[in-house]
Amino acid sequence: MAAGVATWLPFARAAAVGWLPLAQQPLPPAPGVKASRGDEVLVVNVSGRRFETWKNTLDRYPDTLLGSSEKEFFYDADSGEYFFDRDPDMFRHVLNFYRTGRLHCPRQECIQAFDEELAFYGLVPELVGDCCLEEYRDRKKENAERLAEDEEAEQAGDGPALPAGSSLRQRLWRAFENPHTSTAALVFYYVTGFFIAVSVIANVVETIPCRGPARRPPREQPCGDRFPTAFFCMDTACVLIFTGEYLLRLFAAPSRCRFLRSVMSLIDVVAILPYYIGLFVPKNDDVSGAFVTLRVFRVFRIFKFSRHSQGLRILGYTLKSCASELGFLLFSLTMAIIIFATVMFYAEKGTSKTNFTSIPAAFWYTIVTMTTLGYGDMVPSTIAGKIFGSICSLSGVLVIALPVPVIVSNFSRIYHQNQRADKRRAQQKVRLARIRLAKSGTTNAFLQYKQNGGLEDSSSGDGQALCIRNRSAFEQQHHHLLHCLEKTTCHEFTDELTFSEAMGAVSLGGRTSRSTSVSSQPVGPSSLLSSCCPRRAKRRAIRLANSTASVSRGSMQELDTLAGLRRSPVPQSRSSLNAKPHDSLDLNCDSRDFVAAIISIPTPPANTPDESQPSSPGGGGGGGGRASSTLRNSSVDTPCLLPETVKISSL
Amino acid sequence: MSGCSKRCKLGFVKFAQTIFKLITGTLSKDKIEDELEMTMVCHRPEGLEQLEAQTNFTKRELQVLYRGFKNECPSGVVNEETFKQIYAQFFPHGDASTYAHYLFNAFDTTQTGSVKFEDFVTALSILLRGTVHEKLRWTFNLYDINKDGYINKEEMMDIVKAIYDMMGKYTYPVLKEDTPRQHVDVFFQKMDKNKDGIVTLDEFLESCQEDDNIVRSLQLFQNVM
Repeated sequence: MAAGVATWLPFARAAAVGWLPLAQQPLPPAPGVKASRGDEVLVVNVSGRRFETWKNTLDRYPDTLLGSSEKEFFYDADSGEYFFDRDPDMFRHVLNFYRTGRLHCPRQECIQAFDEELAFYGLVPELVGDCCLEEYRDRKKENAERLAEDEEAEQAGDGPALPAGSSLRQRLWRAFENPHTSTAALVFYYVTGFFIAVSVIANVVETIPCRGPARRPPREQPCGDRFPTAFFCMDTACVLIFTGEYLLRLFAAPSRCRFLRSVMSLIDVVAILPYYIGLFVPKNDDVSGAFVTLRVFRVFRIFKFSRHSQGLRILGYTLKSCASELGFLLFSLTMAIIIFATVMFYAEKGTSKTNFTSIPAAFWYTIVTMTTLGYGDMVPSTIAGKIFGSICSLSGVLVIALPVPVIVSNFSRIYHQNQRADKRRAQQKVRLARIRLAKSGTTNAFLQYKQNGGLEDSSSGDGQALCIRNRSAFEQQHHHLLHCLEKTTCHEFTDELTFSEAMGAVSLGGRTSRSTSVSSQPVGPSSLLSSCCPRRAKRRAIRLANSTASVSRGSMQELDTLAGLRRSPVPQSRSSLNAKPHDSLDLNCDSRDFVAAIISIPTPPANTPDESQPSSPGGGGGGGGRASSTLRNSSVDTPCLLPETVKISSL
Repeated sequence: MSGCSKRCKLGFVKFAQTIFKLITGTLSKDKIEDELEMTMVCHRPEGLEQLEAQTNFTKRELQVLYRGFKNECPSGVVNEETFKQIYAQFFPHGDASTYAHYLFNAFDTTQTGSVKFEDFVTALSILLRGTVHEKLRWTFNLYDINKDGYINKEEMMDIVKAIYDMMGKYTYPVLKEDTPRQHVDVFFQKMDKNKDGIVTLDEFLESCQEDDNIVRSLQLFQNVM
C-alpha cells in the first residue's frame, strides 16, 4: 500500500463504528495486538553511517525491505541496530522516500547504481517522483542506448491485447484502427490505400487530352471520353471497395452515432455519393450539367489518405487549432482590402476606359497587389492611384507576414507535442499496468489470507500456518476491517474468476470449485441468520447435500483432492514468503481444493450442528484446470495435509 | 439518444463560439491553464495538554496520531478529496468514495469543508475510547445525512448503498439490485419502534442498546491504537 496509509489505519477502523447498527451478524473479534509497542527510534547503520528514524516511518511502506520483516535479517543484536553493507549516499535518498513519500533521483550518481539500490531495498523505479521522473527516464534511456540494449521494444507499444472472446465487431474495429495488429488488417490497409491512389490518378488522367484515332481533322478529346467504359469500370471498382469499407466501419464502430458525425466518415460519404447519384440520375442534358459538377467531389477521395498518414492528420489538427490566428488573418485582410479598394476606385474614377469599374472590381486588384502577385491585368494610371497602389502593396506584405509565423510555430509545437505524446502513451501503459498489479496485490492479499484459513479461530493456535501468524499488525488489522465489512453486508470478497464462475455456474451439471474452511464460529440466533443470509444458508445446504449425493465427477475429485492438496498460488506478500521453504506440517498455506457440483435444487437447511465459516470460494479450480488465473501459479506442488480436514467427508 | 442530442448542442455552441472568435479575430486561446496556487492554509492544532484534556488519548498517542496526520497533510487540514483518497486505499476492491463523503461530513462537525486535527482527534476519541452512548450518538449523526435529527429511509438507503459500493463488483454471492433495500427494511423493522417511518435518536439508542451483538461489537475497536 502506498503513502503513509498505515498511519491512518486506526482512523479507518474507528470509522467502522458507523457500520455497527447495520450489521445483522456479529462482527468478528479484533485481532489481539501483541504488545503495545510505543513508537521507537531505530538505528540503521549503512556502511558505518548511522541513520536514525522512527519505526513508524519505515512501517509506512510495508512492501519494501525496510518496512517489512525482511529487515530483521539485517538486525545486529549486539549493537541493537540494522546493518546494511551498501552505499550510504544512496541510502539517504531511500530514507527520504520513507520520510516524504517522494523518491528523488540523485543528479550526480550513475543511474544504473541507483537502480540497483532501489532493487535491493524493494522500491520500484515507478516510485520516482514527478519532479525527477523525466530526467531519470531520459538518463536511463541514454544509458540503455549506449549499451546497445534494445529498449525500443517497450516503447514500440503494440495495441493493447484484446481480451479473449471479444466479439467480431470489436476485433474488426481494432483491426481498422491499428492496422499493425494483424496481417489481414495490414493487407486491407494497403489495399484501400492503393485503391484511393488509383481512383485519384484515374480522375486526373481522364481529363488529359488523348490523341483521338486518325481522323480528319485530328481531334483531341479527353481520355475520359475516349475510353468511357474503361474509366467507368475502374470507378465502379473503386467505389465498390470504398462502399464496402465504409459499411464495415459502420458495422464495427462502437458508437455508430459518433462515427457518423466524425470527419473521416463524412469524407467517405462525400467521396462515394456522387457515383451513386450519377447512377440514378437519368442522362438528359439538363441534369447532366449538375452531374458533372458532382464529379468534382470525387477529388475528396484524396482526403481519405489522412487515415494513412499521420502527418496529414497533424496538419489538419493544426489548422483547426490555429483557427483563431487564421481568423485574425482573414479579418484584417478583409479590412485592408475594403479600405484600399475604395481608395483606388475613387482615385481612378476620373480616368476614361479604366478597369476599376466598381469597388468590388477593385477588390481583385487589391488582393493581387497585397499578396504581391501582381498579375498586371489591372493597373492604376493616375498619380494618386499609383501612390495608393504602392502603399497597398507595402502594407500587404506586413499584414500577411504577421500571423504566418504564429501559425508555423503552432504547427511545430503541435508536431513535437504529438511525438512526445506518443512516447508518453507507451510509457503510461507500463505504469498503469504496474499500478494495477500493485493494487491487485492488496486485493489479493485479503483473498489469499482467507484461502489460507485466516478466518479460523485463533484458538487453534498451532493449527494456523506460520504465514498467517507472520502477518504484520497492520495486515492483521486491515484484514479484520475487511472481514467486518463482509459481515456487515453478508457478502464476501472474491476474485474475478470465481465471480464469473458464480455468474454462470448455477446450472445443472455445472461445476464450480470452492474451498472450504472448517472451524465454526460462535453465531447468534440462527433465525437472524436465516433471515439475513438466506443465500448463505442455501449454499451451506447445497454443500451438505452435495457431499452425500454429488453428481458427476464431483465426488471423485473430492476424494482425490482430499488426498493430495494442491499448493497455494504465488504468495503476494512478503510475510508469506517467509513461510515458503518450510514443508513440515502446518507451515504451508495450502488452498484446499474441493470440487463440488452444484445441484440447482436448494434443499432446506438440515440440522446444522456446526456453523461452517463463510468460505472463500476463491481457492479452488484445481480439478477444473483453470490455469489462467494470476493466482494460480502452482509451480510448487507440495501436498500437505492439514489436521482439520473438511468436515464434508464426515457427513 | 439524449446523450447524443446533448453533445450536438454542445458542439453547436462551440461552433458558434468559434465563428465569433473568427469574426472578432481574437487571438486568445481557449484553454488558459490557470495554475491556481493552492493557498497553503497552515493550521496548527492547540497545545498537547489541551487536546489531552479534551480527548481520551494520552500524550504519546496524540503524538503518534499527529505525526501521521501531519505527514499526510502538511498544511494541517484534510480536505474531502484527500479524505476520500486515503479511505479508498483501504478498500481497493470497490468504490469507497460515497461512504467517505458521509464520513467526512460526520467528522467535519463545523461544516467548514475541511477537517482539522482537533476534529479528527475528537471523533477518534469518541469512536475508540468513548462510552457506548457516545458512540451510538456519533453513529446516529453519521446516518443522519441532512443533520435534521431524524433518519428516514432515503438517508438509510444512501448509507447502505455506499457501504455496499465498497464491496466492489466481485462478491460472493452476487450482489443483487434489491439487496440494499432489503437490508434497509430489516434495519427499519428493528429500529423504528413506533413504525412512523423515521428513526429518532431515542429510538435508535434504545434499539441498539437492546441488541447484544451491537453492544458487544462496539467494544471491538478499543485497542485500535
